Amino acid sequence: MMGSDAVKIAAHHPIVWFARRIFSGVVVVWAAATFAFLIQCVLPGDRAQIIINATSGNVGVASSAELAAINAKYGFDQPLAVQYGKYILRILHGDFGESYQQHRPVAGIIAEQIGPTIILAVTALLFAWIIAVLTTLFIAGRDNMWAKLLNDTQVFFATAPPYWLATILLVVFAVKLRIFPVIGGSSPAGLILPTLALALELSGFFGQVVQNEFTRVLEQPFVTSARARGMSDFGVRLRHVLRHAALPGISLSGWALGKLLSGAILIEVVFARQGLGGVLVAATSSRDVPIVSGAVLVSAGLFVLVSLIVDLTYRVVDPRIRLT
Amino acid sequence: MSQGRLQPVPQQPDLLTVDSLRVSFGRATDEKAVVRSISFSLRPGRCLAIVGESGSGKSVTARALIGLAGRYANVHARQLSFDGTSLMGLSDRAWRRIRGNEIGFVLQDALVSLDPLRRIGKEIGEGLLLHGAVSSRKELAQRVIALLKLVGVPDPETKAKQLPHQLSGGQRQRALIASALALDPRILIADEPTTALDVTAQAHVLSLLEETKTRGKALILISHDLAVVSRVADEILVMREGEVVERGNAGQIFKDPEHPYTKQLLDAVPSGRPRGSRLSPSAIVRVPARQTQPEVQSPPKSRPILLEATSLVKRFKGPDGTLRTAVDGVSFELRSGETLGIVGESGSGKSTMARMVLALEEPDEGAVQFAGRPWTALAERERRARRRSLSTIYQDPLGSFDPRWTVGRIISDSLSSDVETRRKRQERVIELLDLVGLSQALLDRRPLELSGGQRQRVAIARAIAPNPAVIVCDEPVSALDVSIQAQVLDLLGYLKDRVGLSYLFISHDLSVVRHISDRVIVMRRGRIVDSGATEEIFRNPESEYTKSLIAAVPRLVRDHQIGRSATILEEGIA
Repeated sequence: MMGSDAVKIAAHHPIVWFARRIFSGVVVVWAAATFAFLIQCVLPGDRAQIIINATSGNVGVASSAELAAINAKYGFDQPLAVQYGKYILRILHGDFGESYQQHRPVAGIIAEQIGPTIILAVTALLFAWIIAVLTTLFIAGRDNMWAKLLNDTQVFFATAPPYWLATILLVVFAVKLRIFPVIGGSSPAGLILPTLALALELSGFFGQVVQNEFTRVLEQPFVTSARARGMSDFGVRLRHVLRHAALPGISLSGWALGKLLSGAILIEVVFARQGLGGVLVAATSSRDVPIVSGAVLVSAGLFVLVSLIVDLTYRVVDPRIRLT
Repeated sequence: MSQGRLQPVPQQPDLLTVDSLRVSFGRATDEKAVVRSISFSLRPGRCLAIVGESGSGKSVTARALIGLAGRYANVHARQLSFDGTSLMGLSDRAWRRIRGNEIGFVLQDALVSLDPLRRIGKEIGEGLLLHGAVSSRKELAQRVIALLKLVGVPDPETKAKQLPHQLSGGQRQRALIASALALDPRILIADEPTTALDVTAQAHVLSLLEETKTRGKALILISHDLAVVSRVADEILVMREGEVVERGNAGQIFKDPEHPYTKQLLDAVPSGRPRGSRLSPSAIVRVPARQTQPEVQSPPKSRPILLEATSLVKRFKGPDGTLRTAVDGVSFELRSGETLGIVGESGSGKSTMARMVLALEEPDEGAVQFAGRPWTALAERERRARRRSLSTIYQDPLGSFDPRWTVGRIISDSLSSDVETRRKRQERVIELLDLVGLSQALLDRRPLELSGGQRQRVAIARAIAPNPAVIVCDEPVSALDVSIQAQVLDLLGYLKDRVGLSYLFISHDLSVVRHISDRVIVMRRGRIVDSGATEEIFRNPESEYTKSLIAAVPRLVRDHQIGRSATILEEGIA
């Protein structure tokens, strides 16, 4: 009995849980790395030829001597297993290879550009949450004109494509009203329009999910209990109902951040912002494979990190969940 | 009725006065009155019980008293006043000062009536904070602990830090009552405070309410269960379809009910009637009275054994990876034509055992034999052909019906494939409906269009459709109002003789089991603690546990002085 109790405690210790999560995170990143490697191998066309084209900028057939030199330089003449081993080793040392076009380390290029993209995605997530929570607090379970209007607006935002919203916002607020700059650069004012363009769609989506749950929870007996203690309607909404209603939204946040990161790439192009977007678009069209696979790896790592944060948040909001 | 008014002149003025309260929902054209003209008054230290079945308007009445009847409710009254001030047309702010502070409110089932994401202590302290009754965090913590002690929750320091689901049902309900008592309100309204509880937990909560009354609080107790009410109430209002059909002093109503509906409610309480006798008036069910009563007593040993379970063991892996033994070496036999009652509180393993008998769960050890042949030891493919001989009736028929199917299809689906032609199947379905006392007009209805009682009858018709030998009844009447429960119990008794059935009857309700069973097994923590002929067990229980269970059963206290002595040991609930 003592033994099984000890096992039970060990299995529930937050550190054990954390270690497990880290381990499974490493597995996910490793799988992404392997996937990126295999993609490079099965990609149509000779890799050496692609590199020569990317470097010289014109399309032509290289001589066999040129190809052999490239093959030797990048180790393409070695067996696949050896190539794979070296690839993984390099990644472990933080070396994601060198861009075919820019002749600079991929890690450096991504590190330079990822900051603005992450800032854009994370602020958009915050905006989306704030908008969704505020509207829900005021309209859920209410039956007046404002509630209907705001609800319809949410549905509209949830279904409108973000790049279209981005263009509208740009024309209205930057070109016509001149409130915000057309090309933002990295100033805080320049962040607002792109963030809104990304956040509005998600806020509509979150809003609908949270509002659904909110309306359901408003009818629960414990809400009546709280009212019977003398709590005001707004107090009940803020202190009791919101917490329950936020749960499904929190679960969706991991997925949402992934969506925001890829959405950010488009928005960056529309607003001509600095960020991973421009780099990735250029790399994909010129088949600069190391940059693309480096981006795949980094996003896998980000995704692991974000889902860890989401799980921790969920646990704080819903203490019934045990770490398992 | 008039006697109630002629009682000694009240020393204290009325705390709450309700005159001609009317609550309706909806607007002018499709307005539906849920409560029509109810009047009463309440003094400190007295308990008023409002009794009625679902839909009688008792809960709406209670909520109207604290201004929470709902957004769409229209509340009217000639007078509705608390301590001399009128509650009609009160502003939201004024209502909030009264709620919790002057009138405490306790709802049914604390698992959903306490916020499941908040710690018990925080929930209890909420009222204190809202009304500014404490000046510091330290004082708040002390008050919360004191309240938990007051309602008798053991180890209050730990419990205050726990979440509602970590407490037992009884402790949870008491914590909920503590949260309502936090500001020492002068009136406590409890809406079905014991309905979701086991008998022992129920007894604890009732003593707590009684204590509260003794401390000089005025109590309004709302329940569908007359037996529960009989222990605490001084005055009783019997409600039906929004109207008060009878009112008066408690002792008088139990001894000498005037209105036929009150009589019907009293008769429907199984513990109040001789075992096996009819509970419902014959006007409602077309069930002939059983002519031969004492047949139950004949030695059943001569009858063949239908089901035989030997040393059943079932373990489950808990969420933390440890094994929990749900059923621990249970053996029993069910003979032909017999009803074997299985009683236990929630978590005693009775439902797991039923699932093993039905071969829905494989026992870890032991086996069940059915009609003298192996049953659980077989592969499902070999069992399938014989599954028809073993039927079930569940607590919630709605959950076991496809909501889109009609009654006709539900029953027809369970008929044996031997009934070949469409016409014959249809005839058989009508025959079955007739047998359970339902009109064939219901054939094309869907489950949601039926009343609770009709649904359970359809479930019974479905269960007997394949001509089973045994029916496993898992809490078949627990979700029903007393009068409907009475009808269903009568129907089951009738069908047993008429069709020749044997029942494995599982329930947490001792009165129901006592009423219907020939033999009884009492389960606790996966083991059998008592077994034997029903009357023997109830008159002369062997184990302390069975004794405490029986002592905890709320009885109709027809003489109002008896029955206040039921004290139960705390260890009964873990």
